[in-house]
Amino acid sequence: MGELLMNVVDWSRAQFALTACYHWLFVPLTLGLGIIIGVMETIYYRTRDEKWLATTKFWMTLFGVNFAIGVATGIILEFEFGTNWSNYSWFVGDIFGAPLAIEGILAFFMESTFIAVMFFGWKKVSPKFHLASTWLTALGASISALWILVANAWMQYPTGCTFNPETMRNEMTDFWAVALSPMAMSKVFHTVTSAWALSGAFVVGVCGWMLLKGRNRDHCIRSMKVGGWVGFIGIVLTSISGDTSAVTVAKHQPMKLAAMEGLYEGSPGQSIVAFGILNPKKEIGNSEDPFLFDISIPHGLAFLATHDPDGYVPGIEDIILGKGGTSKGFGLKPLSFEQRKEHGKVAMHALAFYNDALKSRDSTLLQQYKQEIEDNFKYLGYTYLEEPEESVPNVPLTFYSFHFMVTIGGYLMLFFIVVLLLLYKPKWVPGRTKFQKLGYWLAIITIPLAYLCSMSGWIVAEVGRQPWTIQDLMPNKVAISDLSAGYVQTTFWIFAVVFTALLIADVSIICKQISKKSKTNLDVVETK
Amino acid sequence: MTHEFLQNYWWLIMSVLGALLVFMLFVQGGQSMLIGTKSKKRPLLVNSLGRKWELTYTTLVTFGGAFFASFPLFYSTSFGGAYWLWILILFSFVIQAIAYEYRTKHGNVYGTRFYDTLLLINGVVGPVLLGVAVAGMFFGVDFTVEKGKILDASIISQWGSRHGLEAIMSWKNLLFGFMVFFLSRTIASLYFINNIDDAEVQKSQHKQLSFNAGIFVVLFLAVVAVILTSPGVEINAKGFAKWVNYKYLHNFLDMWWVLMVLLLGVVMVLFGIGKSLLNKEWKCGIWWAGTGTVLVVMSLFWVLGYNNTAYYPSKLDVQSSLTIRNSSSSHFTLTAMSYVSLLVPFVVAYIAWVWRKMDLTKLTDKEIKQAGDDEIY
Ligand code: HEM
Repeated sequence: MGELLMNVVDWSRAQFALTACYHWLFVPLTLGLGIIIGVMETIYYRTRDEKWLATTKFWMTLFGVNFAIGVATGIILEFEFGTNWSNYSWFVGDIFGAPLAIEGILAFFMESTFIAVMFFGWKKVSPKFHLASTWLTALGASISALWILVANAWMQYPTGCTFNPETMRNEMTDFWAVALSPMAMSKVFHTVTSAWALSGAFVVGVCGWMLLKGRNRDHCIRSMKVGGWVGFIGIVLTSISGDTSAVTVAKHQPMKLAAMEGLYEGSPGQSIVAFGILNPKKEIGNSEDPFLFDISIPHGLAFLATHDPDGYVPGIEDIILGKGGTSKGFGLKPLSFEQRKEHGKVAMHALAFYNDALKSRDSTLLQQYKQEIEDNFKYLGYTYLEEPEESVPNVPLTFYSFHFMVTIGGYLMLFFIVVLLLLYKPKWVPGRTKFQKLGYWLAIITIPLAYLCSMSGWIVAEVGRQPWTIQDLMPNKVAISDLSAGYVQTTFWIFAVVFTALLIADVSIICKQISKKSKTNLDVVETK
Repeated sequence: MTHEFLQNYWWLIMSVLGALLVFMLFVQGGQSMLIGTKSKKRPLLVNSLGRKWELTYTTLVTFGGAFFASFPLFYSTSFGGAYWLWILILFSFVIQAIAYEYRTKHGNVYGTRFYDTLLLINGVVGPVLLGVAVAGMFFGVDFTVEKGKILDASIISQWGSRHGLEAIMSWKNLLFGFMVFFLSRTIASLYFINNIDDAEVQKSQHKQLSFNAGIFVVLFLAVVAVILTSPGVEINAKGFAKWVNYKYLHNFLDMWWVLMVLLLGVVMVLFGIGKSLLNKEWKCGIWWAGTGTVLVVMSLFWVLGYNNTAYYPSKLDVQSSLTIRNSSSSHFTLTAMSYVSLLVPFVVAYIAWVWRKMDLTKLTDKEIKQAGDDEIY
């Protein structure tokens, strides 16, 4: 039975990961390109220069193709909470459902109404109305990101709720604590601005290809100016919000932070690994060095995580053993894994007998149980775990993804600076003619790098959260639906095949559109 | 506001969203006609539908989200339980979402016909299976719920081993499903008549209308007969559930205003269809039949959920049946969401306003011929 249960859990996770990854392939471009098109159309509206209209329409076509598949892959995610995570849907539905509903009411209708005007309204509404529609489409997409990220943040840092033993679920007590939690805010800013960076890279990369082919130089320069600025602003804000994210993770998910850094034993003034290769022989509790090779910056992690160069950052083993202090900026109570489990057990016991006490109207007992639940509930999830190792996420995956993201983040910063210099102060860039071709290629390669970087971000956030579906409260093995592994396996493969087939069509259409349109004169508006 | 009031209020909102969704399924109904339409006129139909598909899609997504927020136990029980039913519905909407955008684009790999087949699949599977899912709410399904199970790491909602396939195989549910399907085709014809300015399309859609509306009316009468003679689950004052014969009939009689809404809706649908068939110049059938549909569906939701009725009866264990009382969100969440719901009229208003502007001129062959690449499907 145990093994069978594991299988459903694994397949359910695999299916969610698959569908989420596919969805995330399309969302950032919608978020960022929406802004870029908005800026372009604004310039057209102000100058009434037809060239800007042609440029706007060029990117709008790609936006539309990408948008459709984003929508297609998104619907699954929403309903998957119910289909594959049935316990979860009840346990936290009282809190989690609200952002999803708000997302639909506020964001999706805005997006889907105004995108129709954006595409079909050129001749039906005034230019002003059209421009407003373009911006409202972009705004709708960002509002949708906001609410779904609020929901995601709540799983990382459950707040604004209490557990109701009568209904056996968490119930919301403070809407704004959920909507404005620091985790939600850092997530929203980091995710949305990183999407701008990615979209900037997309625009510059596509232009790189067109320039390599010697097509539509002026259009490319127009596009790269907008893409370059949005990308640059995006990456600056991404770095700032990434830093805030790290601090919130350190506060609320120290185990994730330790996994991100491959840190087993922490110390005050902890250094940060700038580059490192993990030692595969390292296990919890053995004396192997965690790294085969590493380059570290002294005090780096302490500063990143606590904004204090001498701050204390606990490692994986410290967290399990409950070692460590509560140095400045740190709210971590040093409880060991076993102690957390004990607390969880008290809550579990009280929950199990609460309803009996309720029936027998034993008010003293009821009061005692209530108190025990209140005091111990935050560790309830640990009672479902057997060994301390289970509380640790996959270290290599989290570590490498995090380091890849940050490295590419640094690269993107440099990339956009160079792009903007080439556009505005070309003389400042030595070797610009000699390495022109290489530059175009680099711009093209930056597109997949940005995508991989963005995807790694989600791997850090979600793999790093394991084994929890809801941090400390519900491990993923308790969150599932009553399904057989075979069922979920079947739907996994159906989605894998269908989404891959759609992705192929999507990429093919995008490439064809770019290639076809780049051969037309993009300094005039195409008329039939 | 009392908790019960909020629960009733949210059931009302769900009924409005559900009703709008059924109305908007005309997009699916229209899709089911595409492959049978002459290829010369197909672009007109596709483009007319293509501008509205996202509205239907978004209504479905919002319906799901709002159900999750207001009655999470339904989400937890039905979606995970009737797995195959919901997965098939979702799947049909996934393939719809790209079909319009990709069907005529260069480099679409699989060809226009492939995407039109996807539209056909969604056009049939969507309405039929959504109908089956709603029918399960009337006739009952096989599940049990025990919330305390979460403590020993097992699953609170259990379902029969066929996980939704059994619901698709039940004749009552299928009858309901096909009724929704023919309704969606009927409204689709009325929509085309309103939206497309083309003599040939008008003629063929009037023909389609008489055919589909005829079948729909027969199926509708059959479904109403089955519902009125079916047992339903009643909850007594102590919260105890039991099966009661003619429960839905009783509900209509106990809540006379629901019956009035139902009858008004039926009259409006019939008027919309009838006048459209008699007067070929009249284009407003969609508004009459559409409003009528919304009223009928709302009244059906009301007899399902109000008057101490379980809106999701369990055939395995009647005490597990879901009611708007035992499956709803907490008082706090329902209150918070009620504030959010105040925005709904604004959303509806801007959607109506935008589409009035966009649909001022009706779609013609000429517009399609003159449109740029990005402006047509
Ligand atoms: C430049 C330095 C960067 C830092 C310090 C940084 C930091 C972080 C941290 C700590 C997380 C985990 C947050 C959590 O688990 O809650 C995260 C997640 C993420 N990162 Fe980054 N990041 C950086 C650059 C980037 C770049 C360049 C991109 C994409 C172009 C990106 C995309 C993401 C995404 C999509 C997530 C998942 C969403 C989230 O949890 O916020 N990051 N980042």
